Amino acid sequence: MTIDKAAPASASVLVVGGGISGLTTTLETAEAGYEVLLVEKNPYLGGRVMQLNQYFPKLCPPTCGLEINFRRIRENKKIKVLTMTEVEKVEGSKGNYAVTLKISPRYVNENCTCCGACSDVCETEIENEFNFGMNRSKAAYLPAEMAYPPKFVISPEISSDDKKRVQDACKYNAIDFSMESKTITVNVAAVVWATGWKPYDATKIDNLGYGRHQNIITNMMLERMASLNGPTQGKIQRPSDGKAPKTIAFVQCAGSRDENHLPYCSYICCMASLKHATYVREQYPDAEMTIYYIDLRAPGQKYEKFYKKLKDDPKVFFVKGKVAEVAEVEDGNITVTAENAVSGEKVRQTVDLVVLATGMEPSAASDKPNADLTFTEDGFIVNDFKKGGMFAAGCANKPADVVSSNQNATGMALKAIQTVVGR
Amino acid sequence: MSNKLGVYICKGCGIGESLDCDQLVKVAAEKRAPAVIHDCLCGAEGVEVIKKGIAEGINFISIVGCSKRVNFDIFQFEGCMIDRVAMRENVVWTISRENYPAKTENDDEYFIDHVQLAADDYIRMSLARLEKVKIPEPFKLESISKKILVIGGGMTGMSSALDAAKAGYEVTIVEKNSTLGGYASKMRKQIPVGEPYETLIPTMVAETIKDVQSMKNITVKTNTVVARLAGQPGEFTVTLKNPSEKIEFDVPFPLPDDMKVDANGKEYDAEKLFEIYKEYNKGKKDVLTLDPNGELFGAVILAAGWRPDVLTADGFAHLGVGDADVITNAQFEEIAAKGKIVRPSDGKEAKNVVFIQSPGAGDDRDFNYAGSVTSMVALKQAKYVREDYEDGKAYVIYQHMRTPGLTEGFYKNMQQDTGVFMTKGDVTSVEKKGSQLLVSAKDTLLGENIGIKADLVVLAAGMVPATVDDPVVNMAYRQGPGFRDNDIYDGYADSNFICFPYETQRTGIYAAGCVRRSMTIEESMEDAAGAALKAIQCIDSVNRGVSVHPRSGDMTFPDFFFQRCTQCKRCTQECPFGALDDDEKGTPKPNPTRCRRCGTCMGACPERIIGFADYNIDSIGSMVKSVWVPSEDDYYGAPMRILCLYCENDAMPALEMAAMKKAQINPQVRFIPVRCLGSVNTIWIKDALAQGMDGVFLLGCKHGDDYQCHFVKGSELADVRMAKIGDALGSLALELERVGQFEVAIDDYDKVPGIINAFVDQVVALGPNPFKGF
Ligand SMILES: Cc1cc2nc3c(=O)[nH]c(=O)nc-3n(C[C@H](O)[C@H](O)[C@H](O)COP(=O)(O)OP(=O)(O)OC[C@H]3O[C@@H](n4cnc5c(N)ncnc54)[C@H](O)[C@@H]3O)c2cc1C
Ligand SMILES: Cc1cc2nc3c(=O)[nH]c(=O)nc-3n(C[C@H](O)[C@H](O)[C@H](O)COP(=O)(O)OP(=O)(O)OC[C@H]3O[C@@H](n4cnc5c(N)ncnc54)[C@H](O)[C@@H]3O)c2cc1C
Ligand code: SF4
Ligand code: SF4
Repeated sequence: MTIDKAAPASASVLVVGGGISGLTTTLETAEAGYEVLLVEKNPYLGGRVMQLNQYFPKLCPPTCGLEINFRRIRENKKIKVLTMTEVEKVEGSKGNYAVTLKISPRYVNENCTCCGACSDVCETEIENEFNFGMNRSKAAYLPAEMAYPPKFVISPEISSDDKKRVQDACKYNAIDFSMESKTITVNVAAVVWATGWKPYDATKIDNLGYGRHQNIITNMMLERMASLNGPTQGKIQRPSDGKAPKTIAFVQCAGSRDENHLPYCSYICCMASLKHATYVREQYPDAEMTIYYIDLRAPGQKYEKFYKKLKDDPKVFFVKGKVAEVAEVEDGNITVTAENAVSGEKVRQTVDLVVLATGMEPSAASDKPNADLTFTEDGFIVNDFKKGGMFAAGCANKPADVVSSNQNATGMALKAIQTVVGR
Repeated sequence: MSNKLGVYICKGCGIGESLDCDQLVKVAAEKRAPAVIHDCLCGAEGVEVIKKGIAEGINFISIVGCSKRVNFDIFQFEGCMIDRVAMRENVVWTISRENYPAKTENDDEYFIDHVQLAADDYIRMSLARLEKVKIPEPFKLESISKKILVIGGGMTGMSSALDAAKAGYEVTIVEKNSTLGGYASKMRKQIPVGEPYETLIPTMVAETIKDVQSMKNITVKTNTVVARLAGQPGEFTVTLKNPSEKIEFDVPFPLPDDMKVDANGKEYDAEKLFEIYKEYNKGKKDVLTLDPNGELFGAVILAAGWRPDVLTADGFAHLGVGDADVITNAQFEEIAAKGKIVRPSDGKEAKNVVFIQSPGAGDDRDFNYAGSVTSMVALKQAKYVREDYEDGKAYVIYQHMRTPGLTEGFYKNMQQDTGVFMTKGDVTSVEKKGSQLLVSAKDTLLGENIGIKADLVVLAAGMVPATVDDPVVNMAYRQGPGFRDNDIYDGYADSNFICFPYETQRTGIYAAGCVRRSMTIEESMEDAAGAALKAIQCIDSVNRGVSVHPRSGDMTFPDFFFQRCTQCKRCTQECPFGALDDDEKGTPKPNPTRCRRCGTCMGACPERIIGFADYNIDSIGSMVKSVWVPSEDDYYGAPMRILCLYCENDAMPALEMAAMKKAQINPQVRFIPVRCLGSVNTIWIKDALAQGMDGVFLLGCKHGDDYQCHFVKGSELADVRMAKIGDALGSLALELERVGQFEVAIDDYDKVPGIINAFVDQVVALGPNPFKGF
């Protein structure tokens, strides 16, 4: 592959978004013999799964599959990748699109050997978005250990003193502050949108207190905390005081299945909370966990089995009921109030930590592609196979787990190829 | 073309500061390999230096700098064999000068420079490898069939056929029944597939059948099944037959375990086994006999779908199973397709219908093989009741209503229907009450126990994949006719990989639809497209002579030196992908396009006659032997030498991430990456110990049901082989503790250094290998 070098003027297929779905579409298309251009707005590939600690139900590390995919990309000459790139507009029609791309400056060129000297001397710190602001990172940084392409990035927020420092520290002439954002146009036959999702903004769910109380966190924050390369080096702890939580409440459907927020079910948050219970259990053999749910969406043989494992844990409790209210009591503890839908009783429980199982909102809900596409009311891209030419894969199309995203992303590779063949 | 060696040493990333690069040049010279030092090889200037060497005839190139995981494309040179020496990761970062200072003037000649010794060794290892490898040439079939075979003509099969045909491929669908359509043709209506999820839609089946019939490049064969599928991707020879026929090309089955032993439980010898096997498969041709009238195909899509589960009074007496008016969802669908909903017992209108989603009795799981489809089917069928009778009432008793994702919209709309009552509940009994049934449930949302009088009770029985009953594909493979290890997935023909949903243990055969997982029609059609892509991709890869996933693009393949084969059959049995078939004598027959290039056969072979152009017994063996093992003649308190063979897919990246964090590794270890632990031949371990190395250990992936090994069985087989190596060690009077194997996942980078260093400590405690210096 070629990274961030002279961008090609054309390719057969353009894939927008380099999350697990976009990677899959890219690789499956290229390995069937077609030229692919993959554009990703982040400085690294992998998308959201890069932020996950493990996958349910196997509890295996996402980087394991990503590593294979990165190798496949590395070794395939038919693939070109542009990071820090977004699509400005798509013109033309099926078989013949002209796509305008905007490439933002990385301030680091291909000379980077990934030695880390710039980061060592950099003093400017920036908010670490990758860790949802739970810590800060240097303004010259590698987004993650396994980041691919393995090249450092420099934030535009870097101070002018630091600019000089990092440039002096780099022995390989890899830092270049004269880089500017640029716009290019490419011609492609088909486009696959794999722009994925982002966590629903939990501050919008007023009654669940996120943003007001430190010890109410989201499921994605818990993923980062449980990750070895996260803000706490893998330790699950309370944000307010770093204490090991003894009691945890998981609030399902935080925002999902709710007309005021996301009317649909986000597909993965039930399984994710069950998985999170395994993270907690591994670190704290005695912790008590309660999962407040409407329905536990763990369908099918594999997921039922996983759910059963948690049901067998005597210290994991399940309450059917929607959490209505939260309040902070002494020592940063949180009281959650819910109605047990079966017994009809009001449940009031005080816990050390609350985890909101927030759902996914499609990226296109807030950042709508400037292209001739059909969207659902909530911003998912509808696949119109009769029309063809442009397709949506993975969570850009619907909320899904990784297996389903990849199935769908493989299928969309073929739809794109059909467009190329029929051109 | 002869191998002309060249070494390029990069001084960047701290290598120049840590190491005496001139010394490395001298080491290279021992192998008569010219070496060039450069300040930054990966820069444009550095690459030019290498290109200059290539222009002068160098073609086997050792690049000494960073790992092959970085700058891969920069160091690719057409027609050259590249060996990357990860000096930065394996030496400079992990054996730091802070801990192991360089020799100073005050040090005597016995000073041990651990860092430099390691670096010297890695140069030797690289050159040793380069002397033993060849530039691979692709394996090409003489002729290849690009046709795709689709087994099963349901919505999945038809959809995948259409998708492949639209991409320009010729497709044949074989369908066991007399008509296409599968279960979808038995439905009244279909669950809505998009917003606003309000009304049921007509099934897509008729339209799809029409599309299939209108495609010139799709052939449909009804009343047909696969008797056997022989050969390999690109040239599968397929015998088709009528389902009721018995023919000589029906696939032979391997002997069941209980037939392999005598009355005393002792396994028969090979000859006897073969005799019983022949008797057992009497009338059937052996797997290696190709049907002269067979049809050729390039790849296969398995879309054999599912059958409704049968619920018996054994497990479900409390639900009234046995009563004519207690039926399954599939039976209900049949009634609905025929006309108005009526009771099977007396043909009377069924206006009050209870749908039971979970067997209850204290457990909140759904019926076996149920899933989100069965939740949605209950909603659909409730709607039928409402369509048929204005005063009809449907009751859905569930433990968890499973309408994930966007299908929640359907659930939400159904909740608006005043004639549909839905509640969570644990069904305790279904009893006959006059001409009706009384359904009792507890723990409902109504806060009390409820009893509902029903005309008809419908149980949400699961969808059992076709592969539970039958191998379906009927592969004429020595390892057996069906997918292996399907029991891990309760019989589904599924992949074990979350990231790679189509990768199973059988190359070129891709499952889709309900044979893989319970899915809606919409999901099945999507899945069908994916499987069609994989089939096309496999054909294209075979055509180019390269491997498919996970070593996609690899041009090497296992080469056998048959003259020395002792017919032990180990390779045939251990190949995770069933790529080898053996003949009557037991000589393996390779099928290179079934092969995934894991090297498990190479690791299994006791005669060591299997190898790849760029990876073989000799290439790794020579690397092992090129490590200099110092003895007391060289140093007082000579350092130990411990060999680590590690998986390049997971353990290696884990270690490199540890290196990036400057974790420190004991300098007495020498690392050699392997394709998979399954490819580790114990001869390497014996060689290492025989030449005086003090210990050997392997690092590989997790095994067991949730295995992470990309080649399925590699780490598991390595484990078995390592257990057996104990005997060999015993006979050499060496301690068992000198060898070890550890599981590491790719994100175990914090633990890997500790695991390695602890093993080294264990070996150090044993003292040096007594063979040292002999
Ligand atoms: C808490 C939590 C835990 C989860 N755990 C699991 C689990 O254990 N197992 C499992 O199977 N699933 C899990 N999931 C679901 C999983 O995260 C998704 O299935 C997966 O991320 C989908 O991948 P994607 O590629 O479709 O989207 P994304 O990962 O969102 O990737 C989209 C990519 O597109 C890029 N992009 C967006 N817009 C543009 C643009 N305009 N131009 C260019 N690039 C763009 C983004 O930067 C991103 O890299 C979990 C989800 C949550 C919320
Ligand atoms: C009661 C019920 C109602 C449903 N309603 C809906 C609905 O409304 N909407 C929806 O989306 N989904 C519905 N489903 C699910 C739907 O039935 C499946 O999604 C669909 O049938 C999957 O199609 P398939 O092709 O994978 O399998 P199948 O429909 O089972 O088709 C498989 C085909 O393969 C053939 N076959 C089997 N073995 C062999 C062999 N050895 N050789 C050759 N051919 C073979 C079979 O004869 C069959 O024609 C329902 C399921 C149930 C249980
Ligand atoms: S997956 Fe579970 S928590 Fe998430 S929206 Fe669906 S039902 Fe709610
Ligand atoms: S390399 Fe692996 S897949 Fe190929 S024949 Fe050998 S064991 Fe089988």
